[in-house]
Amino acid sequence: MVEKILQKYSHAGRDSLIPILQEIQDSIGYLSEESIEMLSTHLNLASSKIYGLATFYNQFRFKAKGKCHIQVCHGTACHLLGAVTIIEQIEKQLLVKVGQTTRNGNFSLEVVSCMGACAHSPVIQVNGVFRSHLTEATFKELLEELIETYRTVNK
Amino acid sequence: MESGNTILNATSLVNRIRGVKETENLSDIDDYISRLKREKLTKTVVLVGVTTSSVAAGAIETKSAIENYIAERELDIDIVEVGSNGLCSFEPLMDVQIPGKSRIVFRNVKANDVPFILDGTLNNYLPPDNVVGQYRSQLHQPWMGIPFLDEIAFFKGQSRDILALSGIISPASIEEYIAFGGYSAFTMAISRLTLEDVCNTIEKSGLRGRGGGGFNTGQKWKMALAETANQKYFVCNADESDPGAFMHRLMMESNPHQIIEGIAIASYAIGASKAYLYTRNRYSITVQRLENAIQQAYNAGLLGHNILDSGFSLEIILRKGPGAYVCGEETALISSLEGKRGAPTLKPPFPTQKGLFGKPTVVNNVETIANIPLILRKGAENFALKGTEKSKGTKLFSVSGKVNITCLVEVPLGVSISTLVELAQGVPKGRKLKAIQMGGPSGGCTVPEKMNTPIDFETLKAEGLAMGSGGITVLDDTVCIIDTIKFFINFIQYESCGKCIPCREGSRRMYEILESITRRPVNDEGHNTLERFKGIILLESLAEVMRDTSLCGLGQTAPNPVLSALKSFREEFEEHIFDRKCAASVCRNLRTFYIDVDKCTGCSACAKKCPTNAIIGTPRSPYFVVEEKCIGCGVCETTCKFGAVFFK
Amino acid sequence: MNFNIEVNGKTIQVRKGDTILVALFRNGIKVPTLCSMKGLSPTGACRICVVEVEGVSGLVTSCSNVVEDGMKINTHSPRVVKARKTLLELLLSNHPDDCLYCERNGDCELQNLSVELNIRERRISGRKIRHKLDLSSPGVVRDPAKCILCGRCIRVCDEIQSVSTLEFTGRGSKTHVGTTMNRDLNFSTCIACGQCVMVCPTGALHEHSNIDEVQDSISNKSLTTIVQYAPAVTVSLAETFGLKPGKDINGLIVSALRKIGFKYVFDTSFAADLAIMEAATELNERINLGVNLPVLSSCCPAWVRYIEQFYPELLPNLSTTKSPQQIMGAIIKSYFANEAKINHGNIYSVSIMPCLAKKNESQRVEMTSKGVFDVDVVLSTRELVRLIKLNGIDLDNIEPQQADSPFGIRSSAGKLFAASGGTTEGIMRTLHFLRTGKEMTSPKINELRLVTSVKEVSIAMGKELVNVTVVSGLTDIEKLIATVKEGKSNAHFIEVMACSGGCISGGGQPFGAVEKEAKARARSLYEIDDVETIKVAHKNAQVQEIYDKQLEKPGSEKAKKLLHAKYLKGKSLE
Repeated sequence: MVEKILQKYSHAGRDSLIPILQEIQDSIGYLSEESIEMLSTHLNLASSKIYGLATFYNQFRFKAKGKCHIQVCHGTACHLLGAVTIIEQIEKQLLVKVGQTTRNGNFSLEVVSCMGACAHSPVIQVNGVFRSHLTEATFKELLEELIETYRTVNK
Repeated sequence: MESGNTILNATSLVNRIRGVKETENLSDIDDYISRLKREKLTKTVVLVGVTTSSVAAGAIETKSAIENYIAERELDIDIVEVGSNGLCSFEPLMDVQIPGKSRIVFRNVKANDVPFILDGTLNNYLPPDNVVGQYRSQLHQPWMGIPFLDEIAFFKGQSRDILALSGIISPASIEEYIAFGGYSAFTMAISRLTLEDVCNTIEKSGLRGRGGGGFNTGQKWKMALAETANQKYFVCNADESDPGAFMHRLMMESNPHQIIEGIAIASYAIGASKAYLYTRNRYSITVQRLENAIQQAYNAGLLGHNILDSGFSLEIILRKGPGAYVCGEETALISSLEGKRGAPTLKPPFPTQKGLFGKPTVVNNVETIANIPLILRKGAENFALKGTEKSKGTKLFSVSGKVNITCLVEVPLGVSISTLVELAQGVPKGRKLKAIQMGGPSGGCTVPEKMNTPIDFETLKAEGLAMGSGGITVLDDTVCIIDTIKFFINFIQYESCGKCIPCREGSRRMYEILESITRRPVNDEGHNTLERFKGIILLESLAEVMRDTSLCGLGQTAPNPVLSALKSFREEFEEHIFDRKCAASVCRNLRTFYIDVDKCTGCSACAKKCPTNAIIGTPRSPYFVVEEKCIGCGVCETTCKFGAVFFK
Repeated sequence: MNFNIEVNGKTIQVRKGDTILVALFRNGIKVPTLCSMKGLSPTGACRICVVEVEGVSGLVTSCSNVVEDGMKINTHSPRVVKARKTLLELLLSNHPDDCLYCERNGDCELQNLSVELNIRERRISGRKIRHKLDLSSPGVVRDPAKCILCGRCIRVCDEIQSVSTLEFTGRGSKTHVGTTMNRDLNFSTCIACGQCVMVCPTGALHEHSNIDEVQDSISNKSLTTIVQYAPAVTVSLAETFGLKPGKDINGLIVSALRKIGFKYVFDTSFAADLAIMEAATELNERINLGVNLPVLSSCCPAWVRYIEQFYPELLPNLSTTKSPQQIMGAIIKSYFANEAKINHGNIYSVSIMPCLAKKNESQRVEMTSKGVFDVDVVLSTRELVRLIKLNGIDLDNIEPQQADSPFGIRSSAGKLFAASGGTTEGIMRTLHFLRTGKEMTSPKINELRLVTSVKEVSIAMGKELVNVTVVSGLTDIEKLIATVKEGKSNAHFIEVMACSGGCISGGGQPFGAVEKEAKARARSLYEIDDVETIKVAHKNAQVQEIYDKQLEKPGSEKAKKLLHAKYLKGKSLE
């Protein structure tokens, strides 16, 4: 898959680095070591520079997402309405750390700086689907639902 | 509406897009335009606001409910996706326009509300709880007893120029934008005006950069124009990244063509044949609307080679920023476009001399750009009518936090801060306004007593506040100031590029100091309070050095929230340090926990978990917390199965 | 063009176009800096060099702003001093407090600066970031906890050495210097040239010290500890002992090494003579056959690693001759062990080199025989200085001595290996003899002694010309390699030293040496050549003896087995 993307950018220079990395991540889900090395050869650019760039930006990941990828908004409005508690509870209940994927590959957690839905805070996204205006009760319900769903997935 | 002297007016542009020959019947075209503007309708249209914000509120579900409603009843009704009118707290928003009647706006239309509202509306009954108001139009018959939007405080208090079409037109249609006069400024510029003319007009208008710097836009353009180079670049920074600010996303999602036209004019004015539009990958709706708009502009011949035979060629490249706050700084943004880490570089040389790929480059904020077509169309003088002597025009603000209506508004510069709070209808009932945070994580906060401060670049600066990009967070008395600035400085230490010492280390140390005063030490040894107090003195001294020595604006302004909070809320700091109390009970580690004797069963679970052995008692009778020993960690609260633990 | 500016109330004359930093320096005013590097454009990362300029609201970095006519500058106003001090305190706030045990104790820019700025207490304390100590590489140790993120190592690795192993990774307060996927150095593209160590202002990058092992082996009675020292070493440490920079203290070093307790002390220059014999023979054969030309030199292990890592397709061009260190190591544990009747397993072979890549080279599997390392351990010149001090040896009061035989004689050709171009000069002298049967009329090849990074010279050998290219520092190497790969290079021999100037400026040399010292070292070498009677390797009697007794002749099967090696494709990805 990576080869195909690189073919598309056959005469690309360094300024295409970010778009290429984005395409690679979109297609294989994360930036693998192999893909970075291939891109390094393709662009004739040291792999350290690619890795250094990728670690600078929030978007890039080096491990696959979980089957259930949770993004928590931590913008100002969500912070005022308890985003920290939400993050803590997810970490505690789903046993996943911010920026990581659980070993069984079920959950991954990401904190994003602002989703732009301040009117509906606190908001989180579960596999891209918004859950807004979370209250203690709806959040608790959501967590239970997730634990239940992915427990059965494991079996 | 349209000055008749433009060579290519909206009519002929629409022609061109439709592939209609100029000789065809003009009245047909006028008819088509009035349909595009929804002045004349042949059938009912339902317009649903679909933006990043409204999707979070369930707009997609609402839209499918509308589709189902229409399909089930086999009605001949159009559904159109529009942007946002700024009333975010009222989302999902749905407008209905029945032929001959005024367009009406409904609020909080959840999917299951759709049948009820549509049933009523189509039968001349408007459910009062959901009605916001109706658009005023000479051509349509108004609904009885429904307020006109321009009479509602929210719209009345605004001066909507850039947002004039937001929530009204379909962002997916270049034709609608053109019907409302879009692209006429650009086509006039390339056919009638020299590069200098355009720069002069913009300079004369007094438009200043909306990204926070406040530099005169026309002058900036002239600097790049004066450079000789075989290639120049224009870059539009649409990488909105202040937490709690959503103006740009909503504006772009509501009216993307306005931005494309602005970029096209700016590129023409500085002699750039290539422009980059840098938004953020994560804003998928924004990206998709911008991509679509650019493609439509190419298809219409408004971008590309030799545009409308003017000899001017322009390529606009959309770049999806992978996410770094510091890329709001122009040199960092340029680094990012070049495929590097988004770290700011030294100035001089300035980007207007040596920018992207070493060529003269102008970087403008997306809101600045949104003003350009309007200035050109209506004239510099018209633009300068609004605003103050030195700060002209209007400004977008997103107002969020502890307000009744989280919203996006556009007001003339020079209005007071209180205007914004009033537009958002103040703090929730029963709460007291405590502070207003302006300018995002590198802005400052102001107290209710200073609410009459006019919003313009100079006054805000003098007050230690910042315009920033326009994110306003309203704080009420449930909010802890220390916690809020800790949030901002945490954001900065995470988002700093990490290149220069003062910003990287300074912001981290500031965060640690704030953390130390919102935490109780497990062992309090004599001088601790003194140490914590010294930390506060250190904050001031660190702030000064960060401001004096940081490489870019991010580090230079990072201490602002801390400094302004220290100025206005010193008692709150002292309370945290000396009394170890957080009046708002937000700093969780400063809480003291208590056990409700009536609920406690004496199971001793909490006592076993308590890290400082602060909970004592005898099994099967209520336990209690030794206040001096409690460090407020909250383990007892989460342990207790009977809800007997509470905090003050 | 000159004009005046005012500095601290006094008028000084400055050159147009100079940065404030340079202008001040020329006028005797020192402004401290932690990130600026000579010859490279400023990055403005450390902000320590800030000064106050009248009419400018913030402080101004003197490294990146040029002087303007009539500028009024204050370099040490209370505001400036406070800012500098605070910046440094910020760096120190989460810096490890183990100066006493640090590799750079007493020779650390950060330490010196905190003395200079009179920092006497920890006013700001920060949470330390836990970092993994990277001990994977035999040559270079990376201790990120001590890193102040000045970026010098990154720039030297990228802009000077074209290796680009190191780069900033992460962002904000989590920024650190790392490699691709944060691999350890030994599993990265690092060639261990050690130039990053030379520019590091703190102990974040330093050599993998082997002093303890050497001390232990000396005191171990069952071992015969033998030491060899590289040609560059003797001219590189005079200034460390308060002598004239560049002075050759060969005799004193031999004497000191004996006092430290080494049983035998050999001069690696002897092995350099052997290397010349082998390399010249190899080159002569390839010229005659016209295969695998140009021959690429192989005595610099960092360069060898570079080829293996980045251009494995050029491996056939690489000379198979081992480096002098490894040749010496090989013959010590074979020829010498036989002669002296010592079991080769009981020999502990130490080598003192101006280089960190040599530490890596000695650990290569190709450099072993029957599972025993040819060279057991390598010390850098810096470690030698420490070893001398550790053993309480006062160079002022000892007598110079001769190195041990049978490897005590060297030609000055072997000694010239220490400077860029010297290897070529030595090989050419012998090649001339091999090709024409005659000695060069003047063995001195001045064009090879220039201080430029790339030298292209044609040397007449009878009626034909032998073309050589000499490169030091890897800045322009990619261009040269491109011409070789395209077949456009007319060179027969290309000498590459990874460090600019050659081994005299190697990554294992004492800190703080600049161009002046490097020039003095080179001059010293050329003086040795001037006064030496044996100027060519093939006239070294002991070299002849070893061929007669064991190796038969240069390029023989026996010589190939002992003195040549095969190099393999880069391993960092496997």
